[in-house]
Amino acid sequence: MRMHQLFTPALFAATLAVVPAIADDSDAWFESRSVLTQQTGEGIYKAVCASCHMPDGQGATGAASYPALADNPTLEYPEYAVMLTLHGQAAMPPLRGVLDDEQIAEVVNYIRTSFGNDYPDDPATPEMVSQTR
Amino acid sequence: MVGAAGGAAAMYQAMGMMGVAHASPYDGPIQLERAPEGTKVLVLGAGIAGMIAAMELRDAGYEVEVLEFRDVAGGRCWTMRAGDTYEELGGFTQTVDFAEGNYFNPGPWRVPYNHYGILDYCRRLGVELEPLIQINNHAYVHSVDAFDGKPVRYREINADFRGHISDLLSKVTDQGALDQVLSDEDKENLLAGLRTFGALNSDNAYVSGNDASSRRGYERPPGGGVDGAPIANEILDLSTLLDSGLWSRLATSEALNGSMPIFQPKGGMDMIARAMADNLGDLVRYRKRVTQIRQDDDGVSVTYEDLENDGAEGTTSADYCVCTIPFSILSQIDHDFSGPLSNVIQTMHYAASIKVGLEFKRRFWEEDEHIYGGTTYTDLPISQISYPSNDYLSDKPGVVLGAYSWGALAYQYSSIEPEDRVRRTVEWGSQIHPQMPEEFKAGVSVAWHRVPWTLGCYGLWQDKDAQYDDAVAMDRRIVCAGEHLSYLPAWMEGAVLSSLDAIRRLNETAIAAAGE
Repeated sequence: MRMHQLFTPALFAATLAVVPAIADDSDAWFESRSVLTQQTGEGIYKAVCASCHMPDGQGATGAASYPALADNPTLEYPEYAVMLTLHGQAAMPPLRGVLDDEQIAEVVNYIRTSFGNDYPDDPATPEMVSQTR
Repeated sequence: MVGAAGGAAAMYQAMGMMGVAHASPYDGPIQLERAPEGTKVLVLGAGIAGMIAAMELRDAGYEVEVLEFRDVAGGRCWTMRAGDTYEELGGFTQTVDFAEGNYFNPGPWRVPYNHYGILDYCRRLGVELEPLIQINNHAYVHSVDAFDGKPVRYREINADFRGHISDLLSKVTDQGALDQVLSDEDKENLLAGLRTFGALNSDNAYVSGNDASSRRGYERPPGGGVDGAPIANEILDLSTLLDSGLWSRLATSEALNGSMPIFQPKGGMDMIARAMADNLGDLVRYRKRVTQIRQDDDGVSVTYEDLENDGAEGTTSADYCVCTIPFSILSQIDHDFSGPLSNVIQTMHYAASIKVGLEFKRRFWEEDEHIYGGTTYTDLPISQISYPSNDYLSDKPGVVLGAYSWGALAYQYSSIEPEDRVRRTVEWGSQIHPQMPEEFKAGVSVAWHRVPWTLGCYGLWQDKDAQYDDAVAMDRRIVCAGEHLSYLPAWMEGAVLSSLDAIRRLNETAIAAAGE
């Protein structure tokens, strides 16, 4: 694969904008001891969010509950989810140390368009995350 | 004259004050003033903190009632045994398929010698302890990037690192680089110390030979008869050693809370919880899920869901309350705590942590590799392997702590299914012990974020320095206690010390109020 040598920097940037960077990062697990290395929203969800909110987004209940993310109207706007992911709240740990701005934007947008949520408009951006960080 | 007047114990205490001996915050069994007649305390949670509060307050004459969410006591002081079933959040269920008598401690697994409080309760309750081998010179240190991913004996890295730094410091001393700070006598003493510390030869050099091998091991160990003479092995050269990074593991077991001697209860950590629960008997009411906590001038009132009775609502009341419910749970309970305490409850999250217990048909680490207890450290996602400190040399399956990780690794481990955690753990572990896949018998994992009664491993503060006083302060008739409200987080000793301090203040408050 020496294809990239054919691109000029400008062309390369344009290509990045239309093609998802990585379609499947199911192999990008346990690559670092200190941060999450998955890059797709789905990959990040499965690697960290699923531990508490569960693989199907339904949450769980024991002595207390992890809220369901499925069909969750608090996800209508991205700011709340970005804030919670960065800084945590109650039992929710702050994830700012293990996820970067791009990863948080990706995973928030994934959750807002999955599990019965249909909020494709006004997506979270790395800039938004950076300002909230 | 303290010795003559107050006996040896008083003299020892005086020595502690002078800094001769290190005094612990635990200063012996708590002495509470007798409870005001007819005063009741409600204890929420039957973990270590809750049960200690309940035992001591009962003994001081309080009427005590304990509410516990689970059907057993102990909280995180927990042991999984053959035949146990564990359902984590999300409904993933594991059955512990160990041999009879084998067990795994998914929470606390060690009691350090300097945790005087929990040790004293073990003594008073007759919980039998045995030594746990924390550091084993013959276990391994391992990095996927060093020595082609082959594990190296801890002993070799330790001896070579000490040897080389002693050698370097000797050279520097001889070359006069320390003349500004050391007298000639100092230098003589330093060189003598370095020869001993680093196993240097008579020329103050660390080189391959019997001096070094007496620390790091031999090519052919000393024997008897023909060919009894030892043959030294080769030390690692300094650059190779430094480049390996394995020296980073050497101080792991020197921290005050993780060094030898360190103990484990015989038969499993929950022997401590069982002894406490037996002591309390029917004062503990199990399967009560607290849903509301209220207090006013007259007392404390708690509403719960009675899981014993189809979730029917129940209420109970008392004059005072010790609340040991983890803040991860308490943040979802309807309460009327003060603003500052509520703020701490609302901002404390609990750490991600994973432990995987693996049972093997054969104790290959002992039989093949001569490792008896202790810990192998690795930069694989499993972080460490801890070998059992019991049943040495026995001809029966043994249980190894196959993974114990935190942070980003624990998040990922927690997110996958229990079978997958065990499968991956065996796979990673086999890079150190190739026998693992062949000898594997059974495995269990506990991902602490999925533990239904804690939602995490231990309490992490948003700003401990700023928030601590607000959180430990008694809030009118209620005081909170547990490891999260101590400077020994995640340790049972933190729960003990927090609880004793909480009930001391509760007792003072109750007596003062009764005297008004």
